[in-house]
Amino acid sequence: MELIVSSAIGFMTAAAVYLILQKRTFPIVVGLTLLSYAVNIFLFSSGRLVVNQPPIITGAESYTDPLPQALVLTAIVISFGMTALIVVLAIRGFLETATDTADLPEDEWDDETETRS
Amino acid sequence: MTDAPLATSWIIAPTILPAITAAVLILLRQRDISIQRFVSLSSTAALVVIAVFLYLVLDDGETDAYRLGAWPAPFGIALVLDRLSATMLVLTAGLALAVLLYAMAGWDRHGRHFHALFHFQLLGLNGAFLTGDIFNLFVFFEVMLIASYGLMLHGGGAKRLRAGFQYVAINLIASSLFLIAIGLIYGTVGTLNFADLAVKARAVAEGDQALLQTGVLLLLLVFALKAAFVPLHWWLPATYAAASAPVAALFAIMTKVGAYAIIRVFGTVFGDGAAPAALGAVAAPWVVPAALVTIAVGTIGLLGTRKLFNLAAFNTIASMGVLLVAVGQFSVDGLTAALYYLVHSTIAGAALFLIVDLIASRRTVKLDALVPGNPISQAAVIGALFFLVAIAVVGLPPLSGFIGKLLVLDATYEASKAWLIWATILVSSLMMTIAFARAGSTVFWKAEGQTTGPKWDTAAVTPIIVVACLVGASLMFAVFAGPAVRALYATAEQALDTQTYVRAVLGDRENVEPERPITTPNTMSDPSAPTISPGE
Repeated sequence: MELIVSSAIGFMTAAAVYLILQKRTFPIVVGLTLLSYAVNIFLFSSGRLVVNQPPIITGAESYTDPLPQALVLTAIVISFGMTALIVVLAIRGFLETATDTADLPEDEWDDETETRS
Repeated sequence: MTDAPLATSWIIAPTILPAITAAVLILLRQRDISIQRFVSLSSTAALVVIAVFLYLVLDDGETDAYRLGAWPAPFGIALVLDRLSATMLVLTAGLALAVLLYAMAGWDRHGRHFHALFHFQLLGLNGAFLTGDIFNLFVFFEVMLIASYGLMLHGGGAKRLRAGFQYVAINLIASSLFLIAIGLIYGTVGTLNFADLAVKARAVAEGDQALLQTGVLLLLLVFALKAAFVPLHWWLPATYAAASAPVAALFAIMTKVGAYAIIRVFGTVFGDGAAPAALGAVAAPWVVPAALVTIAVGTIGLLGTRKLFNLAAFNTIASMGVLLVAVGQFSVDGLTAALYYLVHSTIAGAALFLIVDLIASRRTVKLDALVPGNPISQAAVIGALFFLVAIAVVGLPPLSGFIGKLLVLDATYEASKAWLIWATILVSSLMMTIAFARAGSTVFWKAEGQTTGPKWDTAAVTPIIVVACLVGASLMFAVFAGPAVRALYATAEQALDTQTYVRAVLGDRENVEPERPITTPNTMSDPSAPTISPGE
C-alpha cells in the first residue's frame, strides 16, 4: 500500500508541476487541482497508513490517527474554494482580454495606464 | 473556563470583531455606502482600542495564552499573546484605520464588498499574529489570502484580472507547499502546537530528522514567498502595482506577515539552541544571502522602473531585504533592529503607495508613468509630502528610516561578512536616493501644460491628511526612538525565549521534557505524555 500511495503522490505532483509550467490558464488550473489532490493524500499519509482501525482511542492496541483526517478535510475545503475562484478569474480574464495566456503583455500594460479610465 | 481571567479572554477579540463586522457588512451591502462606512470605520476604531488595550494591559512582560473552549494546550486550539503579537496587532490596526480613511474618500465605491473584504483581511492578519499552532497559521494565512484576492481585484479591469490570476496561482502553490511542510512536521514530531513542537522536536528519532528538516525548510520557502524574498519576489510588483492604492497600502503589512512567521517559527519555536536537530539553524544560512540579493533586486527595480506604482512596489521588496538581513541574525539585537524597521517600513511603504496614488489620480495624461506629465493641483503640499515619504523610505534623517537602517547596521556589525551587508545596505540607500530624487523632479518640476486635479475641498483634503498623519507617525517613531527601541528590545528577548513561551502555553507541568524519543506520531498513547488536568 505504501508503494501505491507514495507513487500516486509522486506522479500527481510531477504531472502538476509540468502543467503549472504551461503558458495557458487551463493547464495551470488543472495542474493546481492535481497538486492539491497530491497534497491531500500526502497529508493523509502523515498520520501513517493504517487499515481497519477506529479513529479513536478505545483501549485496543492500535488506532488510526484522526488528526490528519481533520487537517485533510480543512485542506480540501480551502483548495476546492480556491480552485473555483481561480477558474472564475481565468474565465473573466479570457473574456475581457480575448486571450488565455497567463502572462502580462508589456504593451497592453503601457497603453492602458496612459489613458484616463 | 472559570479559571481564565476575564482579561485573557480579550485575546480572541481581534479575530472575533472583524469576523462579525464583515458578516454585518455583507448584510448591509444593499444599503447606502455611508452606513457601510460608519460600521466599517467604528469597527476599525474599536480594533485600534482593543489592540492598544491588549498591548498595555496584557503586555506585562508575560506571555498569555487563551485556550479555546478551555481545552488543554496541545490538544485544543490556543491563541497566544506576547509582546511580538501585540506589537503586530497595534501596527495592523493603526495601518488599517489610516488605509480605511483614505479609501473612504472614494476608492471604496469602485466595487462592491470593499468593506466586508477589508475586515476579512483584518481577521486573517490578526489571527495569523495570535495563533499558537502551525495549522491555524495555515488557516489564517488562507483567510488573509482569500480576502486579499478579492481586495486585489477591487476596481476590476483586465489588467487586475491578469495580475490577479498570477497572484492566486502562485499563492495556491505556496499553500500546497505549506501543507506538505505541515504533513512532514506532523508525521515526524506528532504535534502542530508551537510550544509542543518546541519541546518534542528535540526528541525526534535520528532517522526522522532529515524529514523534519525538509519540512522546516519548506516552511521557510512558504514564508519567504509571502515576504517576497528573492527569487520568490516576482509576483509582488505585478500584484501591488495592479491593485488599487489603498489595497496596496494595506498589503504593506502582508509581506510583514511572512517576516513575522519567520521570527515566530525559526526564532521562538525552533530557535532554542538546545535542539539537537538545530532546526532554527537550518534556516540561517539562507536568510541573509537571500536578503542581500533582495535588497539588490529591489534597488535595481527602483532605478529601472518606468511606473510610479512600481516604484512603491520595488521599494517594498528592498525594504523587506533590509528587514530580513536583521531577522537573519537571529540575535536579540538583530531582532530589535528588525522589529523597528518592520514598523517603520510598514508605515512608510503604505504612505508611499498612497502618495503615488494622489499624484496619479490628479494627472490626466501619463497617469502613473514616470515621465513628465501635466502639473497637478495642490502640487506644493503633495510634493512636500512625497519628499518627506521619500526621505523616510530611503533612510535619511530625521525620519524613522534613518534610525531603522542605523539599528540594522549596528546589529550586523559583528556578523560574518559584515562588510558585504554594510556595503549592500549603504550603496542601495544611495541608489534609492537617486531613484526618488529623479522621480520627484520628473513628476513635480518638469510638468508642463494645464493644471488638473480636484480643488481644495473636503474630498481632496482627507487623503492628504491621512498621508500627512503617516509621515507624522514616522517622525514620532523617530523622535521617541529611545522608548520604542527599549520596548522592542524586550519584545525581541521574549520572542527568542522558547522556554517562557512553552511554559505559558503548556502550563507549569513537570514533565514538559519528554522522557524518551518519540518514534510514533501517536503521542496520545505515549505513557510519558502529561496527564490532563481540567483546571489547567
